[in-house]
Amino acid sequence: MGSPPLKAFRLQAAGQRFRYNSFFLLPSDLITMDTKRKAVALISGGLDSMLAAKVVMEQGVHVEGINFFTGFCVEGHTHAIRKRHPERPKRNNALWVAEQLGIKLHIVDVIEEYKDVLLNPKHGYGANLNPCLDCKGFMVRKAHEWMEAHGFDFIITGEVIGQRPMSQRRDTMPVIARESGAGDRLLRPLCAKLLPPTLPEREGWVDREQLYDFSGRSRKPQMALAARFGFRDYAQPAGGCCFLTNESYSVKLADLWRSRGTRDYSLDDIMLLKVGRHLRPRPHFKLIVAREEGETRYLEGYRRQFTNLKTVSHSGPLALVDGVVSEDDLHLAARLVARFSQGRMADQVRIAVTTPDGTARTLEVQPLPPDEVQAEWYIDHEPLHA
Amino acid sequence: MSHYTLDARRLLCPLPVIRVQEQVGRLAKGDTLEVLCTDPGARHDIPAWCRVHGHRVVDVRTQGSEIVITVEVQGRE
Repeated sequence: MGSPPLKAFRLQAAGQRFRYNSFFLLPSDLITMDTKRKAVALISGGLDSMLAAKVVMEQGVHVEGINFFTGFCVEGHTHAIRKRHPERPKRNNALWVAEQLGIKLHIVDVIEEYKDVLLNPKHGYGANLNPCLDCKGFMVRKAHEWMEAHGFDFIITGEVIGQRPMSQRRDTMPVIARESGAGDRLLRPLCAKLLPPTLPEREGWVDREQLYDFSGRSRKPQMALAARFGFRDYAQPAGGCCFLTNESYSVKLADLWRSRGTRDYSLDDIMLLKVGRHLRPRPHFKLIVAREEGETRYLEGYRRQFTNLKTVSHSGPLALVDGVVSEDDLHLAARLVARFSQGRMADQVRIAVTTPDGTARTLEVQPLPPDEVQAEWYIDHEPLHA
Repeated sequence: MSHYTLDARRLLCPLPVIRVQEQVGRLAKGDTLEVLCTDPGARHDIPAWCRVHGHRVVDVRTQGSEIVITVEVQGRE
């Protein structure tokens, strides 16, 4: 890319100059030459993508948003399962951003396709199980496919050079453009001036002079631009929007693969890793213990899939048993659940044990003393790459 | 004009929104879609999706532990 056009001609239309290039332009470019250009913006729900979309909208381009659901997204409602952080708005930030911008948002389920990105990342993982570079390339590729299917002209992302250690570096930005297939139809309005001109800039669809040269990890330029646009309320994820960047989550995912002897997962698997305490007292089973009422309610939805334990004589959490267990294992699990109940100091706690088919019985157990709950049973305490 | 129902129970957001988006894309103007949800987030997110796409939320009600949201399609996606 970047070579001079082999065949070009200029047209005057609506006072704007268009240049036809047989390599870079699509048939739709000629058809829509006298109409508004259309861009699809990757909207994460954070500030950067919101600003990037707004910058291009300000230039008269029709923008619609796209957001990909991988299953690992940290959504307001994932937090809402627990009652922590009640001050945080319980909203889908991508939809909220679209509403602020007054644009459509297309939310795309990529759960199945994303497995290959996570399980076989060409560029490897970051500090945890986050395949950020492959992930960004994947999302831009999906946006490019959407762009072509819907007759749009180019793609916008909120990337800023140097903002993220893996996917937003000067040397990785061309990799994303190349491997996604988007090429120079990928515009990064917040740092465009630090990059070679893209097709939308060269063709005059957007004015390069009105784009930006943000770089580095500082958020000040973005905050100043947000103030200029009158955006006062915005989410601050900046990379914190994916569970795979979270060490504790990644350790639990690695444990899941190790215990099953295969690197695969279902949506239920990865949702459950977001909820509860995860303890593995024996290699062949683990317990998922609700930490509070919201998690108990959420785990109740899985009672027909897992053997589950609930204190009867005292108030206490619901726990799911993941694995095939013996009678001794169940007894140990019940003592652990009793440990997390209001009956932890009692001599005996009664626990209801229910199997997925609904068969129920009761166990009377002594809560496990604290010194017998081994630290290594807590899965997120394990070293990730062990 | 036809009436349809969508079972989005046990799905966590944004999946109920995605299922609504898929279904609405197959419907015609004037059709109504009744969505059954259990995630309280759907109460906010489905109406938000409808607002940005220009569809009309006709009714939001609670039915036991479920939330029932009725959407009237205003045009093709």
